[in-house]
Amino acid sequence: MSHTILFENIDEPGLNTIDVYRRRGGYEQLRRVLSTMAPEQVTEELMASGLRGRGGAGFPSGKKISFIPKVNVDKYLVCNADESEPGTFKDRELMQKSPHMLLEGMVIAAYAAGATKSFIYIRGEYVEQADIIDAAIVQAREAGFIGENILGSGFDLSLVLHRGAGAYICGEETGLLDSLEGKRGNPRLKPPFPANQGLYQGPTVINNVETLATMPHIIAMGGAEYAKIGTETSAGTKLVSVSGNVRNPGNYEIELGIPSREIIFGLAGGPPEGREVKLWFPGGSSSPVLEPKDLDLPYDFGSLQEAGSMLGSGAIIVVDDSVPVVDVALKLAKFYRHESCGKCTPCREGTRWTVSMLERVDSGLATPMDLDIMASVQEQIIGNCLCVLGDAMAMPIGSMVKKFRAEFESHIEEARLRNPYGGAEPDPDPVLIQGAASA
Amino acid sequence: MIGRKKKQQAVQVPAAERGQNAVRDVPRPEPQRTVTRFGHGSRVPGWDDAADLTKDPAEIPDPATTPVDAALRAEIEAHMAKYPDFRSAAIPALAAAQRHHGWCSPEAIEQAACIMRLTPGYLSAVATFYDMLETQPVGKHRVYICTNISCSLCGADELMARMLQEVGDDPDFNVRSFECLGACDIAPMASVNDIYVGPVSLEDVPVLVEQIRAGTPPLPGKQLHLRRCVDPGAAS
Ligand SMILES: Cc1cc2nc3c(=O)[nH]c(=O)nc-3n(C[C@H](O)[C@H](O)[C@H](O)COP(=O)(O)O)c2cc1C
Ligand code: SF4
Ligand code: FES
Repeated sequence: MSHTILFENIDEPGLNTIDVYRRRGGYEQLRRVLSTMAPEQVTEELMASGLRGRGGAGFPSGKKISFIPKVNVDKYLVCNADESEPGTFKDRELMQKSPHMLLEGMVIAAYAAGATKSFIYIRGEYVEQADIIDAAIVQAREAGFIGENILGSGFDLSLVLHRGAGAYICGEETGLLDSLEGKRGNPRLKPPFPANQGLYQGPTVINNVETLATMPHIIAMGGAEYAKIGTETSAGTKLVSVSGNVRNPGNYEIELGIPSREIIFGLAGGPPEGREVKLWFPGGSSSPVLEPKDLDLPYDFGSLQEAGSMLGSGAIIVVDDSVPVVDVALKLAKFYRHESCGKCTPCREGTRWTVSMLERVDSGLATPMDLDIMASVQEQIIGNCLCVLGDAMAMPIGSMVKKFRAEFESHIEEARLRNPYGGAEPDPDPVLIQGAASA
Repeated sequence: MIGRKKKQQAVQVPAAERGQNAVRDVPRPEPQRTVTRFGHGSRVPGWDDAADLTKDPAEIPDPATTPVDAALRAEIEAHMAKYPDFRSAAIPALAAAQRHHGWCSPEAIEQAACIMRLTPGYLSAVATFYDMLETQPVGKHRVYICTNISCSLCGADELMARMLQEVGDDPDFNVRSFECLGACDIAPMASVNDIYVGPVSLEDVPVLVEQIRAGTPPLPGKQLHLRRCVDPGAAS
């Protein structure tokens, strides 16, 4: 049986208005939560549901809320709507078409965590979506679902939409917090974790859009019932964004644990006529690549991790056999070089050198030894940085060099034959020691 | 090969000069922006220079000598009021100043700093971090073409080249190649003055450029908001 939870009615005209959303039962769960449940009960339902974060790390969401200390200080809830992981576009569709689902989830999560101030950090490029959410916030405030004394329960929550200005690293939770505080979006050293010292040094819950939008549905069906969907360790449904060389790119809501092949071929139609899958990213550009032989893996957190990759943000990027793997690697490395915030040396320099080495592979100057150096650079980035952006380049690039080494080597050889000496004229009078000529 | 390659030196443009160039005089920026490197590979200019300790850092601009447009002031103050800490309004304030001035020019930053009671240095530090805050003069029509992985698998690099060719050296255009814009389902795509369009074919480019010049909606049939969810389970 297929499950459609988040995408039910998603294309209903006017779902982004509060009237249509309420006609579809919207804000009823919030009413139930505020009138009949204690915050701890909400957290318990979330824990029972087995919901894991949909933003990338897959941390159990109920547990995250339970980490918030029960002290009498200002607590914050932040919705991570930065969605900049290449290949990911699920939050965009949710926010554009059903913004009130996100708002309802946020109020429920804030109630569970005891947060009284909440923020949505949306990437600056999503202008249309931000305008839609702004309008939805106004409607929700007028209807009394946001603001002071919500539905007469005595619970207050303010909500501010904050527009970013284009930086992938502001999706990383502590980079996001710094950016929201009006600074450069540099990630922070952890611990302390945001649950203890987050926004303005107060206890803070940070969740992805999809995670929060799922919460009203969990309350509606009950945590235990939700946990029955999916697998034991990966409960529920997940929005997957399929893109790249497929016939029907787009967002699909799947039950976790179905075979990956069913998503890539069954739903997205597989690669174009006459082409084959060469490699695929199961969870955004930061996930180590998988090969065609992995297509039968169940699409869930555990199985992908066992296969050496990760579910990440749930973005499947399919690359077909007409594309050289070096081009894919170079594209990725350039992205991470551009987005590295520059705070840690292994990431800042590692991304830069990886780009240089990949360009060298394409230039005709490289030797197979460069591949070993490249692989060792990736190893030295992993685990040695403040945040995982460095790893996010090192893991996929490392996996490509490892799994497609033969292709890298033949690419080097072809480039050498095509472009001997990297396009330079051979030196008639080589000077072997730098500076010797001028000395 | 050793010793033959000339070492490349980062070109350092003094900050004071940068602001005075007319739009036309500025060399067209490279589509894919690379971070400028200064001495020792640092991203921060002045790594090699001793700090001038006799000079005071730039102070918070004096409201008496910094005229600010009333609408801009109102907008920035409204942003500051929304947050528990007014500094959180740094990005919205710079974005507002950019809308008024066309880019985050030294005056724009000065004015925002004056209203927010922060130093221009604080706001410059923020402005230089974010891709959408322009620290060089740019054309008024923003065309961001995604050239990240999924789009480039669908021909975004050719689209970018075609677009640059079509626009030529029209100073009104700010054509940039951008990282994933979160719309890989309509790849190859572009954000045209904040409206997402795609898939953009090479034949669409002259039409699109004409529409942008004329100020009419870009590719009305290909705008993202028209797209229905592809999930068969979502059909209602
Ligand atoms: C470099 C980097 C970029 C990230 N980008 C995003 C993002 O765009 N959206 C998001 O929801 N999470 C992103 N994350 C994950 C967040 O750090 C965080 O784990 C997530 O927002 C937690 O929410 P969740 O528990 O609901 O998944 C990113 C992480 C890293 C390291
Ligand atoms: S790993 Fe990279 S992006 Fe993350 S904090 Fe360090 S330098 Fe910045
Ligand atoms: S790769 Fe172009 S929008 Fe995502």
